[in-house]
Amino acid sequence: MPTEILGILCTYLLVLAAAIPLGRYIGKVFSYEPTRLDVLFNPLDRLFFKLSGIDPRLPMSWKEHLQALLTINLVWFTVSLFVLTNMEWLPLNPDGNPSMSADLAFNTAVSFVTNTNLQHYSGESGLSYFGQLTLMVWQFVSAATGMAICSVVFLAFSPNTTTRLGNFYSLLVRSATRILFPLAFLGAVVLLLNGVPMTFEGKAAATTLEGAVQEISRGPAAAFVPIKQLGTNGGGYYGTNSAHPLENPNYLTNMLETAFIFLIPIAMVFAFGYVIRRKKLAWMIYGVMTLGFLLLVIPSVLNELKGNPVISTLGIDQRLGSFEGKEIRVGAASSAYWAINTTVTSNGSVNAMHDSMTPLTGMFAMVGMMVNCFYGGVGVGFLNFFVFIILGVFMGGLMVGRTPEFLGRKVEAREVKIAMCIALVHPLLILGGTALASHLYVTDPVEYAGWLNNPGFHGFSEMLYEFTSASANNGSGFEGLGDNTPFWNIACGLVMLLARFLPIIGPVAIAGLLISKKYIPESAGTLKTDTATFGLLVFAVIVLVAALSFFPALTLGPLAEYFSLYY
Amino acid sequence: MKSQNSSLFQKDLVRQALRESFIKLNPKIIFRNPVMFTVEIGTVILFFVCIWIAAGENSQGSLGYNLAVFLILLLTLLFANFAEAIAEARGKAQADSLRKTREETPAKRVEKGTSYTTVSSSQLRKGDVFLCEAGDIIPSDGEIIEGLATIDESAITGESAPVIREAGGDKSSVTGGTKVLSDRIRVLVTTEPGESFLDKMIGLVEGASRQKTPNEVALTILLAGFTLVFILVTGTLAPFAEYVNSPVTITALISLFVCLIPTTIGGLLSAIGIAGMDRALRANVITKSGRAVEVAGDIDVLLLDKTGTITIGNRKATRIFAANGVDEKQFAHSVLLSSLSDETPEGKSIIELVGGVPANLKLDNFRFIKFTAETRSSGIDVGQTRIRKGAVDTIRTLSEKAGNHFPEEIHEQVIAISANGGTPLVVAENERVIGVIELQDIIKPGIQERFERLRKMGIKTVMVTGDNPLTARYIAEKAGVDDFIAEAKPEDKMNYIRHEQAQGRLVAMMGDGTNDAPALAQADVGVAMNSGTQAAKEAGNMVDMDNDPTKLIEIVEIGKQLLMTRGTLTTFSIANDVAKYFAIIPALFMVGIPSLQGLNIMQLASPESAILSAVIFNALIIPFLIPLALKGVAYKPIGASALLRRNLLIYGLGGLVAPFIGIKLIDSALSFIF
Repeated sequence: MPTEILGILCTYLLVLAAAIPLGRYIGKVFSYEPTRLDVLFNPLDRLFFKLSGIDPRLPMSWKEHLQALLTINLVWFTVSLFVLTNMEWLPLNPDGNPSMSADLAFNTAVSFVTNTNLQHYSGESGLSYFGQLTLMVWQFVSAATGMAICSVVFLAFSPNTTTRLGNFYSLLVRSATRILFPLAFLGAVVLLLNGVPMTFEGKAAATTLEGAVQEISRGPAAAFVPIKQLGTNGGGYYGTNSAHPLENPNYLTNMLETAFIFLIPIAMVFAFGYVIRRKKLAWMIYGVMTLGFLLLVIPSVLNELKGNPVISTLGIDQRLGSFEGKEIRVGAASSAYWAINTTVTSNGSVNAMHDSMTPLTGMFAMVGMMVNCFYGGVGVGFLNFFVFIILGVFMGGLMVGRTPEFLGRKVEAREVKIAMCIALVHPLLILGGTALASHLYVTDPVEYAGWLNNPGFHGFSEMLYEFTSASANNGSGFEGLGDNTPFWNIACGLVMLLARFLPIIGPVAIAGLLISKKYIPESAGTLKTDTATFGLLVFAVIVLVAALSFFPALTLGPLAEYFSLYY
Repeated sequence: MKSQNSSLFQKDLVRQALRESFIKLNPKIIFRNPVMFTVEIGTVILFFVCIWIAAGENSQGSLGYNLAVFLILLLTLLFANFAEAIAEARGKAQADSLRKTREETPAKRVEKGTSYTTVSSSQLRKGDVFLCEAGDIIPSDGEIIEGLATIDESAITGESAPVIREAGGDKSSVTGGTKVLSDRIRVLVTTEPGESFLDKMIGLVEGASRQKTPNEVALTILLAGFTLVFILVTGTLAPFAEYVNSPVTITALISLFVCLIPTTIGGLLSAIGIAGMDRALRANVITKSGRAVEVAGDIDVLLLDKTGTITIGNRKATRIFAANGVDEKQFAHSVLLSSLSDETPEGKSIIELVGGVPANLKLDNFRFIKFTAETRSSGIDVGQTRIRKGAVDTIRTLSEKAGNHFPEEIHEQVIAISANGGTPLVVAENERVIGVIELQDIIKPGIQERFERLRKMGIKTVMVTGDNPLTARYIAEKAGVDDFIAEAKPEDKMNYIRHEQAQGRLVAMMGDGTNDAPALAQADVGVAMNSGTQAAKEAGNMVDMDNDPTKLIEIVEIGKQLLMTRGTLTTFSIANDVAKYFAIIPALFMVGIPSLQGLNIMQLASPESAILSAVIFNALIIPFLIPLALKGVAYKPIGASALLRRNLLIYGLGGLVAPFIGIKLIDSALSFIF
């Protein structure tokens, strides 16, 4: 057992060691400072912009950035919708998989464009290779979108800023080519060497030991998997995601894939510190995020190692921990570790069934998504955290008797209004959605019987988890939920859209409003934001907002299940 | 008008506030406060639920229990209204005592030439001229256009020593309600009735014309946001409960909602604002708007005049130094004689320094030489002896013209005195320099501590003086101010303020003269002295009735207290919710889902007692915190981070723990009674 814990510790420390220099590099990319990779990428960038006819040096205001983002996302959405509903006759379909139904295609297109990757289908039977590759491209661009718009907020607070904050298209391309692509390429090589398939040929046929013939799905998986992990996308090549042996063959690939989940989210925090030249502030943010992460991950790992008391009563040996829904090659501890990693970062890839975790681990996974900023998704995690900083600054400023200010700009009614609206989005979508589903289920249990594998508290958790996952743009599922129905496809699709774009618009608007205000130099009366005390305040704000909004719902799901299992 | 109401709850005020609490239940009034408005809606719904139960419905629990919850919610509303009403009542009481000074008084309105008619003060209009003679109460604010008078301003300032006001210059303004003690003045009315500063302030403390300040608006938005979150939480709980087959009663849902929304701060918010204005008034400062007080809490730079603020009004003689070969005693005698006719405070202080005028002093055949702009020196001729004292240059010219040498040691003394922030006065006898007198600015006792306090608040102090840079630097260092403007002209102040503002700093200044008016208007917080000119008072946004230039420290603290009280009570209010959840959520489901008993960590007796205890605690905490809301959270200049730590510990952690104890105690009491 100590080896399992050691594996987790190693993964974390390696990621931290890599994230600090990577953050510096990302900071340089966003600040347009020279890096060694320029030789490679400058010509590539020029080619892009020459072909597209966009002037990458044209600076944009915060509003123009948002316009560009929304326009380009609409284009991507339309293209995906077309591909997904026409896969049948489009090329690269050796297995002859069918096109998607309209509601499933809507859900899937939304899900990939919004970086959620909630999959109400199984890749091996539901998509052609062309469909897979199209979605792979969205895994790059949706991650790059998050990073590019986040860098706009970075640039807003950098020293010598103006109200013109770089060019969105240029930042988007730089995020994709200079940050995501090199890392994904390295990852793909490692996966390839460990046996992950990379081919355009159709299913392979194998004769099993019993003599039966088995068909094995394959395809361009090695290219698909690294970006799914890096970009906090989480959309698996196979239906069972990284629990599938061809998507995650051994412990080494498991370590790499885990590391890729939270490498860029942590690096983004240090990139912020680099761009605004305030390392201490970056460490404060990292500290708060890590505190929250540890509070979720430690009890989860311990819970899974401890096993399930009901299974113990059946006389089954649980010395290796609870193994229901887990892979032997990965182990209980690493599965729990991945589960929390993937939920706090809005990644959503899985290497075990979250549905089968012990109730409290399931709850911690949901809490990770409800908070959605303990590291958080690439770029957007930082933006979510930024909203809590604004609320923390407001409360803290009042408590020290001074009009609140953040990095020298006054936080006033308009900013508080936007921050509060954004803080409301998540509870509204999650609680509203789950309430609607519960109500429908209760009014006609026969009609909706197909929804829930497990009635009772666990069934409630399944519905709550689905909406939480959609609203956090996470994409993991509690499974056990019959989710490929028009209700779930459309409801979750709408939730994903709102939960993706409102929390992007809000923080960018706040940053845009703040930098148009006069800069106020710091004095002894100014509330310092890079201190442990302020960090504690932000942590308290995050916990209170999440705990206060979701406590009753969690009580009726995982907590009720926990108490009925253990008491 | 000094703060006479030391007790927070005076009997008559409480009675008045109680009556107001019921009047304020009117939804039109309560609508201004979104948090309490939702409580009122909940209370009304509960009222109908009670009627429904009385009519025979049996799914919602017993009538007694529902009625109890209804009454407690009603009480919650009344408590919140009472908090606002008592703050208003106190403000009104304060305002009434001010208003007494401006009761109807007869005014001698000048008609044409010298004739006048006696009218009531309320009939005076802007532009009218009235006459005041010894014994008259001045009927209205105005500016003296003719004459000079001693005036008793104790009704306004509490200061018993009479002051002199005269036409022209910076001491020309008079305040209504003060009394003329001697002489006769003609005064021009400068404001319409009901529009004077005092009237504005009375409106502010009475709450009628009170507008929400920017930070208050932002906080209201935050609180409304939290209220929306909890509408969502309780609203969605109903279908959730349906799903787990454990339906909840309307009363339980409304109780949960009222407990969760920030009623504590919602109920006290306007009381805090009114009490802040009231505290400013008690400090004898009249403000034009609540916003100005709030801005005062954010001040970064404070401009102060040297004279009268940092130093005691006038220079004082501190040392005399005789030239070589001059007898010290003889020199002291000459110094005494030279100042006998000098009526200036400096002259008097010289006589004081050399031991005062001896009783046996007899002078024959003498002539006082008054100071003239031409000779630039003063002194006395006694017989054949001509004693003169004056500035260094004047006496140097005088002695050198007569062929005398200016002594080297005196020259050195003169330089030393200047470097020490003093002013040298050289004395000559028969055109021969015999010594030098050192005049020093006396820094007010305790001023260094006050500046230290300002520095800890993060405020930079700037001294404005007409002195030369050398003297100014010395005094600035000695008094502990951070910066100074030497040889200041009125436009220098203005430029300094503009420069600081361009860098994003908020600037406050105190001033009294007409030439201060532009700078007072430019400053973010301009405090005019009540003794100052009408122009200065119009330009600033506050008037200090005590004419105390360091009053700004108090104003800054009042501004900071205002924000802190709101911030800490909000934190307290939200932190309370954790315990309330642990009281109510298990209570809602304990019957349907017995295993949730595990969440009942307070071990409350029954679902009904748990919900009752939570709503009772929620109601009682409001009156419990009224004194804090009225007095304000204490401000300590210990730096922002330390202050935050302190307040987080007291109000954050305290807010987390207190309701666990309170609810448990109330529950124990309830189960003991029933």
